[in-house]
Amino acid sequence: MELIRAFIVGGIICVIGQILIDKTKLTTARILVIFVVAGCVLGGLGLYEPLVNFAGAGATVPLPGFGHLLAGGVKKAVDEQGFAGIFTGGVTAMAGGLTVAILFGWLSALTFNPKEK
Amino acid sequence: MDQTESGKKQYQELVKEVSPNSKLLANCIRAFVGGGLICVIGQLIKNFFLAQQLGEDSSRLATVAVLIGGSILLTGFGWYDRLSEHIGAGAAVPITGFANAIAAPAIEHKKEGFILGVGAKMFVIAGPVILYGTLASILVGLIYYFVR
Repeated sequence: MELIRAFIVGGIICVIGQILIDKTKLTTARILVIFVVAGCVLGGLGLYEPLVNFAGAGATVPLPGFGHLLAGGVKKAVDEQGFAGIFTGGVTAMAGGLTVAILFGWLSALTFNPKEK
Repeated sequence: MDQTESGKKQYQELVKEVSPNSKLLANCIRAFVGGGLICVIGQLIKNFFLAQQLGEDSSRLATVAVLIGGSILLTGFGWYDRLSEHIGAGAAVPITGFANAIAAPAIEHKKEGFILGVGAKMFVIAGPVILYGTLASILVGLIYYFVR
């Protein structure tokens, strides 16, 4: 059941992205930005958490989940550190994923060469 | 003769009317199935790490690491681009798409060197996402600070 919920919710979030790509002139980069900001705002309002509880990876794997992670991080940091948390929470929350992505991205550039076109 | 001509015209108009919508529908179904499956894979990976008693936070990061690592490996072999051709936003919207957006330009611009080629081009899409994500988090933090 957990997997089916992840499949359906994750699929729907991707369909929203597909409709935005096909129906508007938005580029993929803009849609990714919109999704992360939307996830962060929804997370800030406490509206994304129920979706995460319902769909698990179906809500955390798509990019709005990344925004939700930032919102959760900044709230936690404000609770713990007060005012300073406003500026430390977001980047702290993304630190793990971002560092992994940068490391693997750099290693891939070291290893692979561009495809001939 | 006239009839077939007008018939042809009608048919062409019909094609024009119908095809964008059916194309949108087909794209959406592919994005749904492809994106949904990537999330299912993510859930399976996370369940695996949770079963290893890794704890919630470490399991989450380990899951993200495997998804990102897998996506970047596929990108290196040129397979993630092919996946994107089939499932569109289903490949772009998950965190694997973000990883692809980092690795693909990094590899592509390798010839321009490891500072301004790999180093700078790596963030051509990730940069804006990080920038506006961070700004949004500041906004959320600021509001939360005053209303909590």
